[in-house]
Amino acid sequence: MSKIHVTTKINGDTVEFLCDPRETVLDVLRDRLGLTGAKEGCGTGDCGACSVTLDGRLVCSCLVLGAEADGKEIGTVEGIAQGEDLHPLQEKFIEYAALQCGICTPGILVAAKSLLEKNPDPTEEQVRYWLAGNLCRCTGYDKIIRAVMDTAADLREAS
Amino acid sequence: MSVTIPLPHDAARMHVTGTARYVDDIPTPAGSLHLAFGLSPIARGRITGLDLDAVRAAPGVVAVMTAKDLPFANDVSPSAHDEPLLAEDEVFYAGQPVFLVVATSHLAARKAARLGDMRFEDLPAILTIEQALAADSRFEDGPRVYGRGDVGPAIAAAPRQVEGEFELGGQEHFYLEGQVALALPQEGGDMVVHSSTQHPTEIQHKVAEALGVPMHGVRVEIRRMGGGFGGKESQGNALAVACAVAARATGRTCKMRYDRDDDMTITGKRHAFRIAYRAGFEDDGRLIGVDFTHYAICGWAMDLSLPVADRAMLHADNAYYLPTVRIESHRLKTNTQSATAYRGFGGPQGMVGIERVMDHIAHDLGLDPVLVRQRNYYAAPVGGGAAPRPSASPRGISNKKEAGRVTPYGMEVEDFELQGMTNALMESSGYAARRAAIAAWNADNAVIKKGIAFSPVKFGISFTLTHLNQAGALVHVYQDGSVHLNHGGTEMGQGLFQKVAQVAADRFGIGLEAVKITATDTGKVPNTSATAASSGSDLNGMAVKAACDTIRDRMAAFLAERAQADVSDVRFADGRVFVGADEMSFAEAAAAAYQGRISLSATGFYKTPKVAWDRIKGEGRPFFYFAYGCAVTEVAIDTRTGENRILRADLLHDAGASLNPALDIGQVEGAYVQGAGWLTTEELVWDDAGRLRTHAPSTYKIPACSDRPDVFNVGLWGAVNREDTIYRSKAVGEPPFMLGISAWLALSDAVAACGTAYPAMDAPATAEEVWRAVRRVRDGV
Repeated sequence: MSKIHVTTKINGDTVEFLCDPRETVLDVLRDRLGLTGAKEGCGTGDCGACSVTLDGRLVCSCLVLGAEADGKEIGTVEGIAQGEDLHPLQEKFIEYAALQCGICTPGILVAAKSLLEKNPDPTEEQVRYWLAGNLCRCTGYDKIIRAVMDTAADLREAS
Repeated sequence: MSVTIPLPHDAARMHVTGTARYVDDIPTPAGSLHLAFGLSPIARGRITGLDLDAVRAAPGVVAVMTAKDLPFANDVSPSAHDEPLLAEDEVFYAGQPVFLVVATSHLAARKAARLGDMRFEDLPAILTIEQALAADSRFEDGPRVYGRGDVGPAIAAAPRQVEGEFELGGQEHFYLEGQVALALPQEGGDMVVHSSTQHPTEIQHKVAEALGVPMHGVRVEIRRMGGGFGGKESQGNALAVACAVAARATGRTCKMRYDRDDDMTITGKRHAFRIAYRAGFEDDGRLIGVDFTHYAICGWAMDLSLPVADRAMLHADNAYYLPTVRIESHRLKTNTQSATAYRGFGGPQGMVGIERVMDHIAHDLGLDPVLVRQRNYYAAPVGGGAAPRPSASPRGISNKKEAGRVTPYGMEVEDFELQGMTNALMESSGYAARRAAIAAWNADNAVIKKGIAFSPVKFGISFTLTHLNQAGALVHVYQDGSVHLNHGGTEMGQGLFQKVAQVAADRFGIGLEAVKITATDTGKVPNTSATAASSGSDLNGMAVKAACDTIRDRMAAFLAERAQADVSDVRFADGRVFVGADEMSFAEAAAAAYQGRISLSATGFYKTPKVAWDRIKGEGRPFFYFAYGCAVTEVAIDTRTGENRILRADLLHDAGASLNPALDIGQVEGAYVQGAGWLTTEELVWDDAGRLRTHAPSTYKIPACSDRPDVFNVGLWGAVNREDTIYRSKAVGEPPFMLGISAWLALSDAVAACGTAYPAMDAPATAEEVWRAVRRVRDGV
């Protein structure tokens, strides 16, 4: 099967790759580009572990074809920190112990960042329902919600 | 002191940056191959034809293997050698691996696996409890029975009786990281296996059997799992063995990960139970006798079903003194996935049984269920319930065990904490006032009904198979003062590695940054037990402490001798070593000891004291100690649809002198939500042909962020462990899971507000079940 040439930006860097027409963005990130932060939890768009942004829109990368990323910008968990400097969300997740096994954490951070960019002042209910598509089996979610709410408050204060 | 501090998870920074490496993230050599199983489409049948030509011809396929192609053992069972990797002549459940595809990509392997032409002669499948009982299809010869006294006459003579029977569904683990293994062939026929497993030694054992090599020819490594919950105690065996066999056959690195649907279809889950009960009691709610029958659906292979069913029996008392009791346990063999370990390991099922009885008694008498529970609690320990003395192991002065403190299996409960904990939680949760407010709400509202319930937990800590209560550690101190830490425990998110590193840092008086946590590795610490039974930090913490103390004592002896000081004057603290009036950095001390030709490497070993258990008689001390907890949950239901919500949860949990309160509270919160999920939304459905129909998150509903209680108050009970555990902490992995029982009871309470009959709900109390229960209670249908 002939491969498709795709030019995209990932976390701000221009990236070109060849992919099979049926490969997903998740496959491309993990298997071709070595960006293993996004995880496959279900492969059907139900668990959110593979969350990335595509031109700023939150998507499950297991439901987007690699070819569809052509000309678009992808944001992954690897792009959230600036070098050694963690994003406030990342710092709060550590501070609140809002993670356990950590495998849902990348998707949850991408989703939470996406929420705060759209809505810097979410209610707790908005956080709960925005993140309802990101399953976590370990934490019971409480610390995750608190970490997101507290980050939002800090960011509002700083701006 | 590095213990007792609420530090984040050791890998937290890697988790949030996406750099924490799980097995599927490990870079593999070029030419690595990927595996998938071809699965049985039927629940039971004899294989009459297996045409795999289309599979072999599919794009990317390198090899296809059946049972006949396996060079040595065809077995991945953790217990009874009854679980072939690939089916031989018969298949025993829908989803059983029949053949193995080895291909150049994960997708190619999965696609090809669908092309197998399998023909069967159908045989009658045993799918229900009734079918299993009728066919006498079971593990062990007959039911196990534990008990005390003559329960039949005791119940018959009691002033009041209740009886009932209910279904208690199983549970899918739904670890977010599916099962995965990676095998790298080595020189001389050796094999290195990376496996997402809670039990590396068993992986090593099964791979060695499959390759026909001694265990020394196989090394298994696991740095972290993306969740385990018991689902990676034995269920990873098949993938690791498949990878090793394929790697041996092809000479190439082989990786296998189950796609989620395959994972749920192939692997075992929590045991579903039916529990029948009959209880006799006084007019004030105190039990006189209770008779339980447990029917455990064990699936097609034995796996860990016997100890799981045993533990259910051992928790049939939960927190209550049962003057006379009989527990009959049937371990039924069915043509479904082989039920396996899952957080609590049968304990939750046993506990739900007695909590149901308490609830039913309270309803029968019109008493507050909390009061009924308190009246039945085990007696408080000698010397009072709260804040025991650190060194106390307060046995009675005489050796006579006091009635009211002895479990049905003859172990004295010496550390009962629940009187004090219950009072504290009643207070902090405002239970009494809220109960009154809910009654008032329910009187005024016909559609939305509210309910509130309390439930306690007393959970026995230790493996009931006594020999498993051992652990080893390996610690090196390098000449620059940095420390390499290794032990037999595995990290699945619970924070074990951090807790144990805190112990190591404390023993040497150094900062955590000087301690390197390393992957669990069968080449470093051999013959380990599974990280299971909540035992991880109890066992491995002690083993690491022993190893560190050995090295520290060698260093101290050397430094004392060199300084002509007494060894008792050597002290390790704050990254420094004090030798009499002299002091130096820990690094300087390590360098000096190295130059003084002192061994700076040691193993450590620990075995749990006091435990002894006869599982056939049902007598002894299976547990070193108990961990306690209690919870109050408030819910609301829509009586028209059964839709329901947890409004508030208040949890109080006993982690002893917590090694790390941040990690322990995380365990408590997560366990509660998982336990509540088991009993509310998580419904496994098999069709009449025995096919699991709920095999993805689209059809199997685990709690989501939106389901977390609106108000969620979680506290740790501060009492230290009365037994001499690592820094007097308590195991915390499983016990809080059973706090979720309060959510199920709260739903029952809300349903009870619809009429006068007892709701008699099954579990899980899905919206449909709540709706049915409302109709039963309100309309008598």
